[in-house]
Amino acid sequence: MFGVTIIPTFLWPEIATSACEVTATSRHYVDRLFDPDPQNVLQGVIDMKNAVIGNNRQKANLIVLGAVPRLLYLLQQSSSSLELRTECAVVLGSLAMGTENNIKSLVDCHIIPALLQGLLCSDLIFIEACLRCLRTVFISPVTPVQLLYTDPTVIPHLMSLLSRSQHTQEYITQIFAHCCKVTHSSFLGFLTPEHQTVLFNHGAIQNIAPLLISPSFKVRMQALKCFSVLAYENAQVSMTLVNVLVDGEQLSQVFVRMMQRDKPIEMQLTAAKCLTYMCRAGAIRTDDNCIVLKTLPCLVRMCSKERLLEERVEGAETLAYLMEPDIELQRIASVTDHLVSMLADYFKYPKTSVLDHDLKHAHELRQAAFKLYASLGSNDEDIRKKITETENMMDRIVSGLSESSIKVRLAAVRCLHSLSRSVQQLRTSFHDHAVWKPLMKLLQNAPDEVLVMASSTLCNLLLEFSPSKEPILESGVIELLCSLTQSDSPALRVNGIWALMNMAFQADQKVKVEIVRALGTEQLFRLLSDPDTNVLMKTLGLLRNLLSTRPHIDQVMSSHGKQIMQAVTLILEGEHSIEVKEQTLCILANIADGNTAKELIMTNDDMLQKIKYYMGHSNVKLQLAATFCISNLIWNEEDGSQERQDKLRDMGFVDILHKLTQASDPNLCDRAKTAMQQYLA
Amino acid sequence: TNPRLCLTAPIEFGVGHVVDGTSLVSAVCTAQGFVFNYSTHTSLLSADISALLLLTGDPAFNYQEHELNERLKRLYPAVNEEETPLPRSWSPKDKYSYIGLSQNNLRVHYKGHGKNHKDAASVRATHPIPAACGIYYFEVKIVSKGRDGYMGIGLSAQGVNMNRLPGWDKHSYGYHGDDGHSFCSSGTGQPYGPTFTTGDVIGCCVNLINNTCFYTKNGHSLGVAFTDLPPNLYPTVGLQTPGEIVDANFGQQPFVFDIEDYMSEWRAKIHSMIARFPIGERLGDWQSVLQNMVSSYLVHHGYCATAMAFSRATETMIQEDQTSIKNRQRIQKLVLAGRVGEAIDATQQLYPGLLEHNPNLLFMLKCRQFVEMVNGTDSEVRCFSVHSPKSQDSYPGSPNLSPRHGATNAHVHNTGNTDTLHTNIFEYAMHASKAKHIKLNLFTNVVYLHSPETSSAVDCVFWCVDSDSEMEIEAEHYSNGVTESSTRIMNGTYKHQEILQADDSSVDDSCSSRQLCGGNQAATERMIQFGRELQALSEQLCRQYGKNATHKKMLQDAFSLLAYSDPWNCPVGQQLDPMQREAICSALNSAILESQNLPKQPPLMLALGQATECVQLMARVRSGSCSFARVDNFLH
Repeated sequence: MFGVTIIPTFLWPEIATSACEVTATSRHYVDRLFDPDPQNVLQGVIDMKNAVIGNNRQKANLIVLGAVPRLLYLLQQSSSSLELRTECAVVLGSLAMGTENNIKSLVDCHIIPALLQGLLCSDLIFIEACLRCLRTVFISPVTPVQLLYTDPTVIPHLMSLLSRSQHTQEYITQIFAHCCKVTHSSFLGFLTPEHQTVLFNHGAIQNIAPLLISPSFKVRMQALKCFSVLAYENAQVSMTLVNVLVDGEQLSQVFVRMMQRDKPIEMQLTAAKCLTYMCRAGAIRTDDNCIVLKTLPCLVRMCSKERLLEERVEGAETLAYLMEPDIELQRIASVTDHLVSMLADYFKYPKTSVLDHDLKHAHELRQAAFKLYASLGSNDEDIRKKITETENMMDRIVSGLSESSIKVRLAAVRCLHSLSRSVQQLRTSFHDHAVWKPLMKLLQNAPDEVLVMASSTLCNLLLEFSPSKEPILESGVIELLCSLTQSDSPALRVNGIWALMNMAFQADQKVKVEIVRALGTEQLFRLLSDPDTNVLMKTLGLLRNLLSTRPHIDQVMSSHGKQIMQAVTLILEGEHSIEVKEQTLCILANIADGNTAKELIMTNDDMLQKIKYYMGHSNVKLQLAATFCISNLIWNEEDGSQERQDKLRDMGFVDILHKLTQASDPNLCDRAKTAMQQYLA
Repeated sequence: TNPRLCLTAPIEFGVGHVVDGTSLVSAVCTAQGFVFNYSTHTSLLSADISALLLLTGDPAFNYQEHELNERLKRLYPAVNEEETPLPRSWSPKDKYSYIGLSQNNLRVHYKGHGKNHKDAASVRATHPIPAACGIYYFEVKIVSKGRDGYMGIGLSAQGVNMNRLPGWDKHSYGYHGDDGHSFCSSGTGQPYGPTFTTGDVIGCCVNLINNTCFYTKNGHSLGVAFTDLPPNLYPTVGLQTPGEIVDANFGQQPFVFDIEDYMSEWRAKIHSMIARFPIGERLGDWQSVLQNMVSSYLVHHGYCATAMAFSRATETMIQEDQTSIKNRQRIQKLVLAGRVGEAIDATQQLYPGLLEHNPNLLFMLKCRQFVEMVNGTDSEVRCFSVHSPKSQDSYPGSPNLSPRHGATNAHVHNTGNTDTLHTNIFEYAMHASKAKHIKLNLFTNVVYLHSPETSSAVDCVFWCVDSDSEMEIEAEHYSNGVTESSTRIMNGTYKHQEILQADDSSVDDSCSSRQLCGGNQAATERMIQFGRELQALSEQLCRQYGKNATHKKMLQDAFSLLAYSDPWNCPVGQQLDPMQREAICSALNSAILESQNLPKQPPLMLALGQATECVQLMARVRSGSCSFARVDNFLH
C-alpha cells in the first residue's frame, strides 16, 4: 500500500512535482498514526484533521497512503481513548467530504460497518461524529444504500438514537431520507417498497413525526424529507400519516403550515411533495382543501421564473404527478398563475451550451415541462387547445422527439400522446406539423418505455378521422407494428395490435391483406391465446375490423377460414371474460354476414350448437350477439336462405327465438322479433 | 458620525426624504406615540361601533362591521385611516345611474336597458386604496350573471367615466366575465383567465410595492393581469345587462383566497431585503456608528458600569467622564426613589447654576417633591419617620421603589446572576459588530430592552448590571423628557395605570396603613410649610416670567391631594404613582446633559424616532413596502 503514488501520467510536469511533495508531507501524517505513544497518535490525528479541511488533494493522498484502514483500526480499538476515536471519526468524515472517489475508497475499506459499530458506544460526542461521517457517506450517490439494511439491528438502533440530540436527529433523518429508495423493477410500473417497509415497521413515522416541530430548522427539514420519501407510492405509509397527530395537530395541517409562503422554498416544496404523495396514494382526497387550495398553488409557484432551476424542475414534476389522474385539478392548474405560458419559459433556457452542466439543466427543464403539459392535457379538450396554442408548442414537441436525451424524448412523446387524445388536434395541429414523421423515427430504435408511449400515440394517429393515417400507412408502418406484437412487454404488444386494429378499421382491401400478410396467421393465433386480456381483446377487434363489409369477409374467410373458425371455437370453449366472448360472437356474426363465409358456420354443427347455447346464456350481451349471428344466417334476401332457415328450424332455433321475443331486454326482444320475421316473410 | 442616517438607509425609499432637523422633534414624539397609537385606534373604532349600535340596532350588521374593522386592522396595520380611509363599501355618489346599490352599499345590481355597450355602468368604492396597505385585496361574488354576464371587476382612478365597464378607459383596469379577458385602459381585451359566472367569487389584489395586480377565481390566483399601475385607484365594478348582481367583500367576511399567506411572502421579502441591505465597504463605519449608539445610550441613562464594560470590549470612546455619569446616575436614582429634595440638593451641589437657569425645571422638581412628601417618601418628611430614614433596604412594599411593569422585578433584583446577564448585552453587541449585516440588529436588541413590553428576563440585564450599587435605576420610557404635554403620553401611560391601579388595590388590601406623610405629625407640618414655599415660588416665577398655565395646573393638582382623606384613591391620586417620577427624572437628566454640551436625547432614540417617521413618510409618498417595514416589527 505504501509505495503507491497516484500521479496520473498526463499531468503537467510542474504539477506532478508539486503532487510529489504533497505526497511526501502526507506520508508524514500517516506515519504518525503508527507512533507507539498514544498521545502522539492523537496529536497526529488532530494535525491531520486540520490539514485535510478543504484540501481535496491532501484527502486523496492520505487515502492512497492508507490512512483510512489505520484510522478505522484506531476508531474501532476499545483501547483507544474516546477522544482519539472521536477525532478519527471526524477525520474520516472530512475525507468523505471530498470527491466521489474518496467515498468509494472509504466504502471499499468497510467504513460503514465500522461506523455503525461505533454507534453502539455510549458517548454522545463520538456517536455524533460517527453519524456525521455516515451521513456524508450515505448521501453520496456512489454509496450502495443497501449497506444500511445489511445488518437488521441497525435501523432499530438508529431509531433509538433519534432521542439523543438534535444532531443525531438531523443526521439520522438525513440518512433515512437518502437511503429509502423505491426501486423500479425491470417491468414497467412495478415498484418495490422494501426500504419504506423496513423503516415503517421500525416505527419511523412515530419516531420522526415529533421532529417536524423541532426547534432546529435542519431537523425539521430532514424529517420532512424523510416523510416525502416514505410516502411516495406507498399507501400503507400514507394512510398511517393522515392519522398522525403532532402536538395535537394533524400531520396534513403541519405540512400545510410548512407550505406557507414565507417559509423557505425548500420546505414549501418538500411539504407539497409529502401531501402530493399522500394524495396519490389515496390517503387524501383530490378535492380536499389542503390539496386544491394549498398544495396545487404551492407547486404552481415552484414553477415560476423566480425559482431556481432545480426547484422549477421538481415543482413541475411533482405537480404533473399530483394532477395526473384528476381532471378537476388539471382544470384548476391550467388557469392558475398562467401556468401554461409559464411553462413555455422552460424552453428558453439555452439549448446549446459548452457547459455540460447547463445542458443538463436545459434537458431537465424541458422534460419537466413536457411532463407537466402531458399531465395537464390528459383529459380536458380546452386545456389541450390552450397548450397547442402556446407559442411554438408543436415545434417544441417535434424537436423534443428527436433530442439526444432519452428523458426529454420520453417526456415529449408523453406530451404528444396526451394531446393526441384530442380529435380536433389530430385533425389540425398534428397534421400541420407532420408529427408522425419524428414519431415514426422514434419508433425505429428506442428503449421500451419510449416505445410504449410512442406506439400508444401512433394508435391515436391511426384513428380513421386522423389525416395522418394515410401518410403513416404509406411509410410502411405495418411491419413495425407487427414486430411490436412480438415484444415481451405486454404494453407494447397491446399497442402494436391496437394500432393494427385502428388501421384496419374501414380500411381498403389492400391494407387488410397487407396486415394479414405481414402479421401472419401464426402470429395472429398466437395473439389470440395471449395471457394478457387486453392483447386478446384488441386482436379480436382487429379480426372484427378485418371481417367487415361482405366482399372482405368472404375473401379473408376463403383464405384463412379454417384457422379463424378454429380460433373462435377455442375461445368460446375456453375460460374467458364476457367481453372476450361477446367480441368473439360478434366476429361470428360478421362471418355470418358474408356470402360464402356463412357456409363455414352452417356446415359446422358444433358451432351452431354453441350459438344456441349462447342464445340461452344468462348474460344479455352474449344472447344479443348470438342472436345477431342467427339473424344474419337466416336473412331472407340472400341465396340459400330458405335452406338455412329450414335447417335452423330443425335444430330448434325458432323456439329459442320465440322465447327471446318475450325477453325483458328491449334490444334483445327487438332483435329476436326481426329474426322471427325472416321466417314469416 | 451621524447616527441618524444609518437607520434610514436600510429602509427602501427615495434618497430625498431624509428628515430635517425640525421634524426630528416630531419624529421623536412619534416614536413615543407609536406604542399607544394602537390603543387610540381601538377606542376610536369601538366608539364607531357603539355609535353604529345606536344608529342601526341591527346585530348582524354590527357583527359584520366589527369583523370588518378587525380584519382591516389585521390586514393593513400600517394604514392610518384618519389620513387615508380604506374602502368599506361602494359609493352611492360615485356611480352611474344604471347602478343600484343595496345591503349597506355592498350589493350592486344593474337597472338599465342593457341594449349595448353604451348601457354599461360602473360604481367605485368610497375611497381609493391607500399605498400604506402594501398589498390590498377585495372580492366580488357573482350573485347572478343576469342576461349576458357582461361583468367587469377591477380598478379605476377618480373621474373615469362611469358609463363604461372597468378597463375600457385610461386609468381604468378590468377583468371581464363573459370572455375572461383583461382590459388595460383599452377597448380591446387580452386573453387573461377563465370566464366567470353565477356563483363564482372573483378577487382582485393590488400590490402597491411593485404596482401590479392579479385576480383570483374561487380562491385560485390567476396570475398578474396588470403592471405599472398608477396610484390612488378605487375598487370598481361594472355591469352591462339586466339581472346582473354582484356582492362585494371588502373584508366584511373571510376571503376565499388566502391573502394573508400572500402578504406573508412579501413581508418576508421586504424583511430579507432589509436584512441583506448591502453595506459593502462601509462595514467599519457601520460598526462604529452602532457601537457609539449603544454606548451613548448607556451613558445617557447612566448605566455607568455597563457603559464602561461595553467601551472596553468594543474599544470605543466615551465622551463624558465617568464621574459625571455617576453623578447623573446618583441624581436619577434619588428622583426615582422619590427623594426629590435630596436630588435637588445634589444637583445644586454638583451642577451649580443649572436649576437657577432652568426655573421651570426647578418648579417641576419642587412640585414633585411636594407630592413625594404627601407620599411619605421625600427625605424631608421621612426623617420624621420612626424608621431609620437613610436605610435603603427598608422600602419593600412601599412605593419608594418605582414599580416595574412586570411583577417579578423584586426577585430579579436579588438573583445576582450578574455574570451571565452581564455578558448577554455584550453578546448582543459583539455579535452585531462582527456580523456583516448589522444595521438594525443591534439597534433592535437594545431598543428591545426598553420597549414597554419588555419581558422581565430582559429587564434583569439592567437591573443586575448595576447590582453593586444600592438601588436600581428605573428603566426609562420614550416619553421621558421632551414632551410632557403631549397627549400621546397621556394615552401611553394610560395603559400602565390600569395595570398599576389593579396592583395598588391589592397592595391596599394587604397594607392599608398608608398614610399622609407617613402618618407623622411633624412631617405633615413640614409638608404644609413646604407647600407655602412652593406657592411663593410659583408667585415669584409668575412675576418674573408671566403667567404659566402648566405651572398653575401642576400646583393645583399637587395641592388637591390634601383635599382627600385617602390621597392614593382620589381623582388626582395618580400623581402619587411612582411611575410619575420618570418624566421629571428624564427631564432633569436631559437638562444636566445639555448643560454639559451633551445631547439631551440619546442618538438611538432619535434614530428610532426617525425610522418611524420615515416609514410614515413612505406611506405618504406611496411606497407600498412601508407596510412590511414597520419599526414595531423589529421591536417585538
